[in-house]
Amino acid sequence: MADVNRGNRPLSPHLTVYRPQWTSMTSILTRITGNALLITGLLIVWWFIAAATSESAFAAADFVLTSWFGDLVMFLSLLGVWYHFLAGLRHLYWDTGRGLEIETAETLGKAAVIGAVVLTLLTIIIV
Amino acid sequence: MAFLTARKRAEGLGSAGGATEDHWNMTISSVALAILTPLFILSFGSILGAPHAEVVAYYGRPYPAIVAALFLAVGFMHFKNGVKVMIEDYVGGFARKTWIIAMTCLSYAAAAVALFAVARLAL
Repeated sequence: MADVNRGNRPLSPHLTVYRPQWTSMTSILTRITGNALLITGLLIVWWFIAAATSESAFAAADFVLTSWFGDLVMFLSLLGVWYHFLAGLRHLYWDTGRGLEIETAETLGKAAVIGAVVLTLLTIIIV
Repeated sequence: MAFLTARKRAEGLGSAGGATEDHWNMTISSVALAILTPLFILSFGSILGAPHAEVVAYYGRPYPAIVAALFLAVGFMHFKNGVKVMIEDYVGGFARKTWIIAMTCLSYAAAAVALFAVARLAL
């Protein structure tokens, strides 16, 4: 039979009805950082191909990457890549069947966020 | 086919009928990147901002050149597989195909440019 009410039916609750949780937020953050790093990757590839091409091409790429805006992008990328790195380690740990209890998963998520900040600051100090 | 048991046909495919390979490919590249990422951050970070001649000399050495080549190549393959899963999650139909093809081409292109650039600097 034809559904007379198609398109106007109540929907089951979706993302918006849930309180943000560490598990869901750290999961989506992994995806956001991983995909946003495309921009950084392309900038770095540009820097490399420019260095391999000529001094003037390198000057342009280097100017962009080391300008205040480049510094900002690189700083955010550093945070993003360290977070994605730690979140990836968390996934590899999960893949062994361990750390899947909600409390452990939340603790590991918090550790990844804090760890990313710490590693970013360490990188800036060392490099 | 008739000689295969039901279990044998299902083995390794997962409930979706596929994609266990996607997961396994991500596992391999993520383990590789777990090692390469810190190495690349430290080496690239130490030379970024240096003048052109210094950069050329730096990447003429084997260690920085090999780390950069490996990291960028493996990184873009990891990106290619990861972005594919994201597209499959959020986009359907023709747009899905278009996005996956575009991102796959971009990933290979970026990896090729990176390898060419590093090779040219190194040799």
